Amino acid sequence: MIHPDDVRRQVGKALLNASQTLEVQLVERLQQALAKDTHVLVSDSTNKRAAASRQLLQAILENLQIAEQRGIPMCQDTGMILACIDVGPDCNLSMHAIECALNEGITDAVASGYFRKSVVSEPLFARTNTQTNLPAIVYWNTVHSGSLTISLMLKGFGCENCSKIVMLDPTASRNDVLKTVVDIVAIASGKPCPPIVVGVGIGGTMDYAAYLSKRALFRPVGQPHPDARYAALESDTLDAIQSLSIGPGGFGGSVTALAVSYEHAPTHIAGMPVAVTISCWADRKGIVVFGGSDGA
Amino acid sequence: MEHKIELPLVPTVIESLRIFDTVRLSGMMLVARDQAHKRLTRMILARETLPVDIAGQLIYYMGPASKPPEMIIGSCGPTTASRMDPYTPLLMKCGVAATMGKGPRSKEVTDAIREHKGLYLAAFGGCGALYASKVVSFETVAFHDLGPEALLLLKVEDFPAIVAIDSLGNTIFS
Repeated sequence: MIHPDDVRRQVGKALLNASQTLEVQLVERLQQALAKDTHVLVSDSTNKRAAASRQLLQAILENLQIAEQRGIPMCQDTGMILACIDVGPDCNLSMHAIECALNEGITDAVASGYFRKSVVSEPLFARTNTQTNLPAIVYWNTVHSGSLTISLMLKGFGCENCSKIVMLDPTASRNDVLKTVVDIVAIASGKPCPPIVVGVGIGGTMDYAAYLSKRALFRPVGQPHPDARYAALESDTLDAIQSLSIGPGGFGGSVTALAVSYEHAPTHIAGMPVAVTISCWADRKGIVVFGGSDGA
Repeated sequence: MEHKIELPLVPTVIESLRIFDTVRLSGMMLVARDQAHKRLTRMILARETLPVDIAGQLIYYMGPASKPPEMIIGSCGPTTASRMDPYTPLLMKCGVAATMGKGPRSKEVTDAIREHKGLYLAAFGGCGALYASKVVSFETVAFHDLGPEALLLLKVEDFPAIVAIDSLGNTIFS
C-alpha cells in the first residue's frame, strides 16, 4: 500500500538529489572527456581549443562538488519538471492522489533546493511567472505489473530549445535517421551546453515520438537498447555526433555528446516520426519506484 | 593567456584580449536576459531614459535561482547568448562594451563587436554553483516585476570566463 505522503517525500528527495548530483556514469564520462583534453595538451601544449575545453570540464567537475557541498542546484536553470508516471495493477492510489502528491513533492524540492521559478502560466501574451515552478509536464502510462514508478527530469530550456521533430518518409533508411539526428545536433552547435546527452524517439504520432525521446533520456547512461539493431544505431549516432567536433561549450573538440539513446514504438504505414530531445551535460533525473515487479 | 581584469572594461584592456584568453573578472557587471533586453530595446527606441547607465558596461546573461539564506546569491550560471542576438547590436551602439553568456553568437553580433571594438565572453555553461561562489554582492536595480529576469547589478570576484569573440571580430565558434 502506497501512502500519498511516501510519494510526496520520495519525489521531493529525488528532485533535490537530481538538482545537485549527476549519475555516476555521466560523471565518469565527463572525467574521460577531461582526460582526453589533458592527453592532447601533453603532446601539443599550444592547442587552445583543448585548453578551453579542459577549463570548462574542470569547471563542471568543480561545480558539481560545490553544488553538493552547499546544497544548491548545479545549474540555475532547474527547468520545468517532467514526470513520466507508470501505473501498474497493484497501485492503490488514484491518478488524482498521485498527481497531488507529485506536485507537493515538487513544491518541497523547489523550496528546500533553492530552485529557480522558471515557469510562466501563459506562453504568448502576459507570460506571468507562476511563482511555484509548477505545473510539471506529466505523462501517464500503464504497465503490466508492479505498483508505481515515477521518472522525474529537471528539463532545462537552453537545450530543450534545440530539440526537434522531423516526419520522415516510411521508406527512410537507417542512414536517413542517423543523418536527421546528427543534423539537429549540428544546428544546435554550442547552444545546448555540450557535451550533450541525446534522446531519440522513433514511431507513434508526432507527439508520441517526442514523448519517446524523453523516455529515452531516462535510460541509465551506458545502458544500450535491448534490441541489438537499435543499440548499434545508438553507438553509430554517438560516433557521428563526435565527428561534428562541436566540443565542450562549443569550443571545439572530440567530445560533443556523452550518450545517445533511442526508444521506438509502433507507427503508421505512411510515416516515420523522429523526435530528438537534447539534454545538456547537466542531465538531471531521478526514478522513484514503489513496489517490485512482482507486486508489493 | 590568463588575465585578471578589473571591471568596468576599458578600451585598452578590451583591445588587448584575444580569443581563447581566459579572464578572471572582478568588479561590477549588469545582469539582463530575454525580457529585460526586450524592455530596454523598447525604451531605447522610444527614447525613454533607461533605469541604469549601460555605457561601458558588461552585460551578463543570467537569471539566478533562489537565494539560500547563508549565500549572497543562488545558483547563477550563464544563459544561452544567441537569444539576445537580436538586441545586442543596438545595445552596443548605445555603449555596452561587452556581453557574457554561453554558446555562439550570430554574424550580426560578431560584426557589431568588431565595429564597436567590443567583446563577447563565454562563461562556463551550467556552472551555476561555481559562479554563485564568485558573487560578492548583488542588487535588483530595475524591472523587479520580472522576478528571476529582473535587471541586476552584480559585484564579483575572480569570475572566470573565456574570450569567445574579440574586438577584431575573431570568434571561437566555427
